[in-house]
Amino acid sequence: MPSRVSSGASSEHGPPRTAPQADAAFYQALVEDDPEDLYEHAPCAYLSSLPDGTIVKANATFLSWTGYDRDAFVGRRRFQELLAPGDRIFYETHFAPALRMQGQVREIAVELVTTAGQRLPVLVNAVLERGPDGEPRVVRTVIFDARERRSYEAELVAARRRAEESEARARDLAATLQSSLLPPLAPSIPGLDVAGAYRPSGDGTEVGGDFYDVFETSAETWGIMLGDVCGKGPAAAAMTAVARYTILAAGLRAASPAAVLQTVHEALLQQQRDRFCTAVYMTVQRSSGSEWTATLACAGHERPLRIDADGTVDRIGRYGRILGMVSSQHRSTDVSVVLRPGDRVVLYTDGVTDARRDGELFGSGRLIDLLARTPAAADARQTADAIVDAAVEFQDGRTVDDIAVVVLSVPGAEQLGSAGPG
Amino acid sequence: MTGVPDGRPMVFAHGFGCDQHMWRFVAPAFEGAYRVVLFDYVGVGGSDLAAYDVDRYSSLDGYASDVVEVCEALELTDAVFIGHSVSSMIGVLAARRAPERIGALVMVGPSPRYIDDDGYVGGFEPDDIDGLLASLENNYLGWSSQMAPVIMGNPDRPELGAELTESFCRTDPKIQARFARATFLSDNRDDLVEVTVPTLVLQCSDDVIAPEAVGRFVHRQIPQSTFVQLRATGHCPNLSAPQETIDAIEGFLGSL
Repeated sequence: MPSRVSSGASSEHGPPRTAPQADAAFYQALVEDDPEDLYEHAPCAYLSSLPDGTIVKANATFLSWTGYDRDAFVGRRRFQELLAPGDRIFYETHFAPALRMQGQVREIAVELVTTAGQRLPVLVNAVLERGPDGEPRVVRTVIFDARERRSYEAELVAARRRAEESEARARDLAATLQSSLLPPLAPSIPGLDVAGAYRPSGDGTEVGGDFYDVFETSAETWGIMLGDVCGKGPAAAAMTAVARYTILAAGLRAASPAAVLQTVHEALLQQQRDRFCTAVYMTVQRSSGSEWTATLACAGHERPLRIDADGTVDRIGRYGRILGMVSSQHRSTDVSVVLRPGDRVVLYTDGVTDARRDGELFGSGRLIDLLARTPAAADARQTADAIVDAAVEFQDGRTVDDIAVVVLSVPGAEQLGSAGPG
Repeated sequence: MTGVPDGRPMVFAHGFGCDQHMWRFVAPAFEGAYRVVLFDYVGVGGSDLAAYDVDRYSSLDGYASDVVEVCEALELTDAVFIGHSVSSMIGVLAARRAPERIGALVMVGPSPRYIDDDGYVGGFEPDDIDGLLASLENNYLGWSSQMAPVIMGNPDRPELGAELTESFCRTDPKIQARFARATFLSDNRDDLVEVTVPTLVLQCSDDVIAPEAVGRFVHRQIPQSTFVQLRATGHCPNLSAPQETIDAIEGFLGSL
């Protein structure tokens, strides 16, 4: 190393450096940082190697990091031999092919094995230089000490893994909870064609508040419930469970749907969770050979739609007040209607009608149009699926609310024979 | 698919790590006389990611099913199957399942088992495979699942060619890790003796993934096999020494 220029009078406490002195320092720094010295002692390692990895040149930084002796190393070792075995496979299967195909690789994370057997985490950039004939000639590699960064990255990787596991658990929990709020088996009523459909919102990681069920309340009478607890997540799911099981229990004791909903209202108020619920509860029983009587009450919920054999759509039931609101005295009314062969009844949650695209609502109009268009021969399953599909498609598959639909269909004269037992 | 439509089919299969681009310097040499078929395994390269099935691709059998399905879809018979690296063993499994489809095997850098076993030297310890999985994980920090739709499944959109080249060797890290496990934890030594079709074993020099002793083992186990030692070093002679690779394959095909 050249000796430092004596700066004479310009000691630490001396007068400010004069212009000639500054020039001298500048040139001295330039001399000290000559290209050869910069190469050898750069704060990163440099390697040059043949396309097969044989190292032909290495700087002093590399040798000091790894402990290799230059004479025993240059021309004798290949780059991939300096790597830990796992990284060596990565080199052969990823690094070398990418370098050959793309002419360069960047920020490859590997570990160099030092002569003392220690592993040095590094980041590697390399370029492949080609000769005038286009053939690969030399690989220039620069290696950065990445101990700190890699330990930080290892923490990130571990954190990401934990996050992924946690998300998987949340998804599993949501699915389990959700399935506990829906009928375990496909609903069925002897002599009627009935189908339910449920579609969770978004990616299914969150439990929704929609529910439905079909159950036998007494001999020859079936209860059909469909409802929506506001909100999503565990708290909504807990309320949904209360609503669903209260309807189930009350439906077995009381014949009047309005009385059943009143019981649900009181049960929800006792929860004191400040969450409300809308629901339709309907009982059906056969009134004559081919006709059925449906008695229903609605609580803050859109009234069900009835489509007759001619495709005429009307609403059945009467509006009632929402369930579970402290300020609201619940009141709903039973209404009975006759269902004739070929009639279909559709119960649905607002996940259908409130589906949005560019601010526009799917709305009741589209639903009624859809039902009027579905062929009279469509069975309950087809009708329920058509509704869910239309609502999901309207939102380009990105549902923001969950959707529940129940469809009842009274077999027409020609279908009576095929509507199952009963 | 390129080459002569009614020529003998040649099916080129890539190994672990990359995709069919691995054959870009080799496959064109056969287009004059053969029907050349290139494909990507499901989950890799330009394949349809939606077709990826975790269970199916947790063992080499799933990849062999891909080969059989490609052969069936194209109605290939008596094809020459050229498998790089792990695809050599995938070819063995596929040929056993669809003997009428595959009439010859070319193995480029084959290894029936990568991990050392009692009296058998594969070249690696179980810890090394964990090291590879860590290496894969370390090198996919920047991977974003948002990239997947761009990289995957756009074979019909040539304007994405630039990105495809840029993304060469990049695929979903979970799929890579599963392929790595299926590859490096496999043991196909007992399957070799069942190979009945003419087979070429191409052995590189200084190949750390498939050392010469392993290539010779493969050659010994397969009765009807030819062993050719390449001067090419490393594990990818299809990239580093395409002409030598082509010459060896042509010599083998000429001898059939």
